[in-house]
Amino acid sequence: MISDLSFHGIAASWWPFAFILLAGWLPTDIWRYLGVLTSGQLDEHSPLAAISRTVATALVSAVIGQLVFYPTGAMADFSLPVRLGALGLGFVAYLTCGRRVLVGILTAEAILFAGTFFS
Amino acid sequence: MVTSDDSIDQAASQGERFTWFLRGMRGLVSAPALILMSAFLGFAGLCREAGITWIEASFLTLTVWALPAQIIILGAVVAGASLPAAAFAVTLSSVRLMPMVVALMPELRGAQSRKGTLLFLSHFVAVTSWVFAMERLRSVPRNCRTSYYAGFAVPLTLINTVIVAIVFNLMDELPAMATGALAFLTPVYFLCSLYGSARETSGRMALGSGMLALPIGHWLAPGFELLVAGLLGGVVAYLLGRAIDGRRVA
Repeated sequence: MISDLSFHGIAASWWPFAFILLAGWLPTDIWRYLGVLTSGQLDEHSPLAAISRTVATALVSAVIGQLVFYPTGAMADFSLPVRLGALGLGFVAYLTCGRRVLVGILTAEAILFAGTFFS
Repeated sequence: MVTSDDSIDQAASQGERFTWFLRGMRGLVSAPALILMSAFLGFAGLCREAGITWIEASFLTLTVWALPAQIIILGAVVAGASLPAAAFAVTLSSVRLMPMVVALMPELRGAQSRKGTLLFLSHFVAVTSWVFAMERLRSVPRNCRTSYYAGFAVPLTLINTVIVAIVFNLMDELPAMATGALAFLTPVYFLCSLYGSARETSGRMALGSGMLALPIGHWLAPGFELLVAGLLGGVVAYLLGRAIDGRRVA
C-alpha cells in the first residue's frame, strides 16, 4: 500500500524522478505554457498586463526576501544583521557603481565574510 | 537587411537564423550568465546537504529550471513532505513565471513563429534569460528573435545542468560557510538584475513592495506567504507607479 508519498517514501529507483516531475516540473512548466497560450489575448499596454508584470516582480522579490530573512540550511548560519547588511549594501554598491551586478555581488559577499569574522 | 520593424517579417533563411543563434550564444560569456553559474555551484552544495544523488540533482535542474522552485523541492526532500504538499508549494512559487512569459511573448514572437516552438522555448524562461531577452531582443530582427533567444537560453540550461553534475561529484562536503556564501549569490543577483531590467516606475516599486509585503504574508497566511506578498506587493506597486507617473505627466 502506498501511504507515504515523500521523496524517500517509496523504495523504487524511478520514484525520486517521478517525484521531481510531479512536484517540480509539472507545477512549474504549466505556468510557462499558460503564459504562451494566453499572451496573444493580452494587450501589452493594458492595465492587466501591467499588473501581471508588477505581480511577477513582487513575487521574485518575495523569494529574495524569503531567502534572506527566512533562510534555511547553510544560509541560516549567517546572522540576520549580516544577511541584511550584505543584501542592502550590495544593492547600494550596485546602484552607485554604474549598475554593475558584479559589483553588487562582490560587495555582498565581502560583507558576509567581514560580518562573520568580526562579530 | 537588418531591421526589427514588425512590418518586414518574412521567414529568415537558415543562415541568418544560425548567425543569430550564435550571437545569442555569445551572451553566455556575460556577467549575468557567469553569476548564475556560480549560483548553481551553491545549488550543487545544497543538493549534497539535502542527501539526493547527483543524477537527481541534475534532473531537477534540467526539468524545473527555476531556482526558487528547486530550492523548495530540496526543502520538501529534507522535511519529508508528501508529494501533494511539495507540488502545491512549487505551484505557488512558479505562478510568477506566467506573467513573465506573457510579458516576453510580444518581444519574442514573430509572424512566422510556431506555437510549438514558443512552448518549447518557454521552458527555458527564468530570471536570467528573461532579463537578457527583455534587454536585448529589441535590437534583433523580429524573424530571428526565437533563434537568438534559443542560442542563449537553451545552452544556459544545459551548461548549468552539467555544472551541477560535475560540482556535486568534485566537491567533497564544502564547509557550511562556503555553501552559504555561494547560496547568497542568488538573492543579490536577483535583486540587482531585476532592478536593472525594470522599465517602469511600478516595476522598481514592486521590488520594494514585494519584499515589504513578505512579513505580512507570513502573518496573514503562513504557507502561502509568497503568493500573498506577490499579489499584495504587485497591486500596491502598480497603483503607486501609476500615481507617480501620472503626476509627472500632469
